[in-house]
Amino acid sequence: MSIFSRFEAFELDVLKEVGNIGAGHAATALSRLLDKPVDMAVPKVSLLPFEEVAERVGGSEQIVFAVFLRVEGEAPGNMFFIIEEESAERLLRQLLSIREEGQEGYSEMELSALCEIGNILAGSYLSSLADFTQLMMAPSVPQIALDMAGAILSYGLVQYGEMGDSALLIETTFLEDRESLKGHFFLIPDPESFDKIFRALGVVQ
Amino acid sequence: MIQQTVIKVGMADLNIAMDGAILKTTGLGSCVGLTLFDPIRKIAGMAHVMLPSSDIAREATINLAKYSDTAIPELLDRMLAQGARIERMKAKMAGGAQMFAMTGQSETMRIGPRNVESCTAMLHRFRIPILSQDTGGSVGRTIEFNSNSGILSIRSVQFGIKEI
Repeated sequence: MSIFSRFEAFELDVLKEVGNIGAGHAATALSRLLDKPVDMAVPKVSLLPFEEVAERVGGSEQIVFAVFLRVEGEAPGNMFFIIEEESAERLLRQLLSIREEGQEGYSEMELSALCEIGNILAGSYLSSLADFTQLMMAPSVPQIALDMAGAILSYGLVQYGEMGDSALLIETTFLEDRESLKGHFFLIPDPESFDKIFRALGVVQ
Repeated sequence: MIQQTVIKVGMADLNIAMDGAILKTTGLGSCVGLTLFDPIRKIAGMAHVMLPSSDIAREATINLAKYSDTAIPELLDRMLAQGARIERMKAKMAGGAQMFAMTGQSETMRIGPRNVESCTAMLHRFRIPILSQDTGGSVGRTIEFNSNSGILSIRSVQFGIKEI
């Protein structure tokens, strides 16, 4: 993948910082929402073969909740907030008290609540990123799905398909109070967006 | 019981199987899992197609398995090399879903249906009949194709397992 092979280590660090700032704000938003401390892992920036992207959230067939937003504006891309089903259930019980023990399936209200959580987090991620880069970025209306991780994430990789077999993604993992409320944030900028991000941050002239 | 060999087909990948081995690909979203089968020689092939056309390819060396217009000829070549005959070939396919129904979506986001259309057109060109398909919708699918029976088994979160 020619355009990425020339990325220097410090450019990857810049992207890591982009993830750090965005996810930091999102973690704060989540922490406020839950009224609990939320930990965040150091963001990872990786150029991953398509096959391995889904491995990051437990494998291609792992059933996950995913909130998807298309990032529009000057540096377009795809964004996913992914939580495992178990974590999502806990979130619904703790936060909203609208879920009963042993309940099967999900009501429209629950799906809408999860979608809104994803929306709030993605919104704070993006707005801090937009502030930082001075680039205009706006999220689309969020969409939620409960399905296989592979099927969901491949949707965000299509833009990369025409140029290679791997994608560059910025990943952050949340942990709530060391409990197993695990969430993943994936920002997958379109291949053309990297130059704009670097330029906006003064990394390239 | 005889242990059946499972051959995994990754994303933007293809492979063939014989002697009752099973071809499997997981987590099909907008991608299409296309299978070809020669019922006499019992040779099966599977491609996990990601994009409809190699015209848009901007990569230096094209991964043939990724695009429907290159994956189908490549899969055919490999099967013919093993003794399969094109006039006996039967196709089945699954996938091509639209995982998220975006409003005001661009063509790139309609990728699932476009993958299905392009595979269909390609098979038509080679005069290979499509016996059955389970495409579209908004569900992820994992598929297994049996090179002995030619049965395609499809698993999804919403609908469980079905065979076509």
